[in-house]
Amino acid sequence: MPILVQHRQIVVPGQLLAEGRDVEVKSQHTVYRVGDKLYSAVIGLAEVQNSRINVIALEGFYFPKVDDIVIGIIIDLGLTSWTVDIRAPYTAILHANDALNKPFNPLKDNLRRYFDVGDLLVAKISVFDRTRNPILTVRGKGLGKITKGKIVEIVPSRVPRLIGKKGSMINMIKEETRCQIVVGLNGRVWVVGPSPLHEEVAILAIKKVERETHTTGLTDRVRAFIREELKKRGLMS
Amino acid sequence: MSITPTNLRIVSTLKKHSMASLIEKGLRIDGRKLNEYREITIIPNYIAKAEGSAYVKVGGTVVIAGLKVGVGTPFPDTPNDGVITVNAEFVPFASPTFEPGPPDENAIELARVIDRSIRELRVVDLSKLAIIPGEKVYILWLDIYVFDHDGNLLDSSMLAAMTTLLTAKIPKAVVKEEKNVELNKEEKIPLPINNKVVTVTVGKVNNKLIIDPTVDEEQILECKLAVSISEDGRIAGMQKMSTGVFTEDEVLEAVKLAKEASKTLFAKINEALSKVQ
Amino acid sequence: MKPEGLKLINEEGLRVDGRKPDELRPVVMEVGVLKNADGSAYVQQGNTKVIAAVYGPREIHPKHLTLPDRAILRTRYHMVPYSTDERKSPAPTRREIELSKVIREALESVIFVELYPRTTIDVFIEVIQADAGTRTAGIMAASLALADAGIPMRDLVAAVAVGKVDGQLVLDINQLEDEYGEADMPIAMMPSLGKIVLLQLNGVLTEEEFKQALQLAKKGIMKLYEYEQQALRKKYVEIKPEEV
Repeated sequence: MPILVQHRQIVVPGQLLAEGRDVEVKSQHTVYRVGDKLYSAVIGLAEVQNSRINVIALEGFYFPKVDDIVIGIIIDLGLTSWTVDIRAPYTAILHANDALNKPFNPLKDNLRRYFDVGDLLVAKISVFDRTRNPILTVRGKGLGKITKGKIVEIVPSRVPRLIGKKGSMINMIKEETRCQIVVGLNGRVWVVGPSPLHEEVAILAIKKVERETHTTGLTDRVRAFIREELKKRGLMS
Repeated sequence: MSITPTNLRIVSTLKKHSMASLIEKGLRIDGRKLNEYREITIIPNYIAKAEGSAYVKVGGTVVIAGLKVGVGTPFPDTPNDGVITVNAEFVPFASPTFEPGPPDENAIELARVIDRSIRELRVVDLSKLAIIPGEKVYILWLDIYVFDHDGNLLDSSMLAAMTTLLTAKIPKAVVKEEKNVELNKEEKIPLPINNKVVTVTVGKVNNKLIIDPTVDEEQILECKLAVSISEDGRIAGMQKMSTGVFTEDEVLEAVKLAKEASKTLFAKINEALSKVQ
Repeated sequence: MKPEGLKLINEEGLRVDGRKPDELRPVVMEVGVLKNADGSAYVQQGNTKVIAAVYGPREIHPKHLTLPDRAILRTRYHMVPYSTDERKSPAPTRREIELSKVIREALESVIFVELYPRTTIDVFIEVIQADAGTRTAGIMAASLALADAGIPMRDLVAAVAVGKVDGQLVLDINQLEDEYGEADMPIAMMPSLGKIVLLQLNGVLTEEEFKQALQLAKKGIMKLYEYEQQALRKKYVEIKPEEV
């Protein structure tokens, strides 16, 4: 059962990761098997645990999953639904019924009053089966239109690193910057802070995590970085 | 821009399965061996108006090639050579999947593969086709038209092209005053030919190699490799012509298979030629 | 016509640019060179310079152009007008149409297209300077750009052309060797898997020569594959954690 790569080693497409039937693969689309051999399908970080192997993609787009929280932007509207860009291979649909708390009558009412092209929203994917485009809902706690703060985009495959183990990274950033942060799994992050300067520091920290995803000891470095940046802006003594 | 085709003919899964499992056993649905061509008919001089022509039928595939001749200026880098241009078109009625319009990527690829094999092997001795070196040369237009598509268009088209060149008679050029050139249609000469070439397309189905696939068999090919072979057994061009992959051994085996099968095609051409003379 | 007295291999057995018969041209590869594209790469082999970019998987309209069980691929290989000695018309030539097709077909067997039904993956290759080997440099740049876009694929694609000049097989031909050589055989492989995804031969070879040409190509391909892997890793290794 030889696993041929180290934990947290950078691997590339076509790289032989392991040989043997008993190697367990825990991965979506990033590892594939030919006979007894396991290869990486992407550029990513190898995760090796005993006889288990996984590759976390370093690049890539967001692929929708039911129940994912995403941040979308309205790109079009029809009579009874909106088309929403969620940075996925498929645009998402938001039906009026999943957005409003009352029945919607297209003869008397206009969708534009609720969400217009360019509006941002936090939404949940309620239906997706690959044969049709994903359906969103904004009914639920924390979902709905975004009206303040800032949005920053990161490579979607690096979202898990931004969240960290049990939320360790993102919670630290929230605490240190005193910002509220909502991380869409599609790599859009919403930051609302006590001032634009606080938001700015939070965004710098998020970009740093994105850039240095594949390095170790990141949480401590980011904490120090945030304090430094806050000091520079006179937000911390 | 090249786009994954989305208008393919649908062959039933049942038929695909039976074709594939037969090939696995070394058999074909029409009773052929894996390395066997369908019935081949070659009729030279099929179009009287053309300086050369050939009708070729391979199974249900029908191709007619024709040669027209003119006088023009040579290319600057080959001032003492005649010019040959190969063009192919798949007419819309030849298949439900063909559309009217200029030649698509498949027709262009086919014409270019044929052109390259003919050119690289110097099948036509272009150096004998200068009329006034550096100024006036013969221009040859070899047009290949596919009229019915039942698979293996390339091998059929190459047969038609080769037979056309071998049987063509071009009008003699007469140089008049002030370097004016006239073609004398009363006096015709054969095209100067150096060599003969055929193309054998080898397809792969479940690691088995077959030749001369029908249009239905083409649907189950994982990939195919066209190999042009000269009459003296050299490789005169190759083109992997589909998605899918080959191993090195498969490619070497395909070349051997093509070389062997080319003998059938040369025999057919030579038989057709003997009837003309 | 080869000019009188032009020797493509000299008395010492070296080529016009001083290379040995089995020597590659100098290679430069860089990943992530464009801001807008989902993935991009630059490949330079000798004097040949190519940029490739990838968009997708993304939706495509009209919908009837999509397939229900897989992503389609749209590929354009294009030479810009100033890439050649004589200006090349920007309109697609028959050559470019053919090369776009063979490159698309090569990439179709590399990408896991079945993961993304009803979408398109767009691959664009621009040759900005042409000195032979543009399709092989182009397909390498495309494979790097696909990896950079995070699109799952079986392997990178490494490619090279073997030529026959003055009766001898040589690796990675340049423009002069292409113009006056006797054969040009571009080949692209998924090296880890030992699979050939693109193979063309323009010229005449015996069966034995073809066998040797394949071996020579493979030697070059394994080297280029290493450079590709290095180029991909470089993007990350270079980012050192900043000292605090």
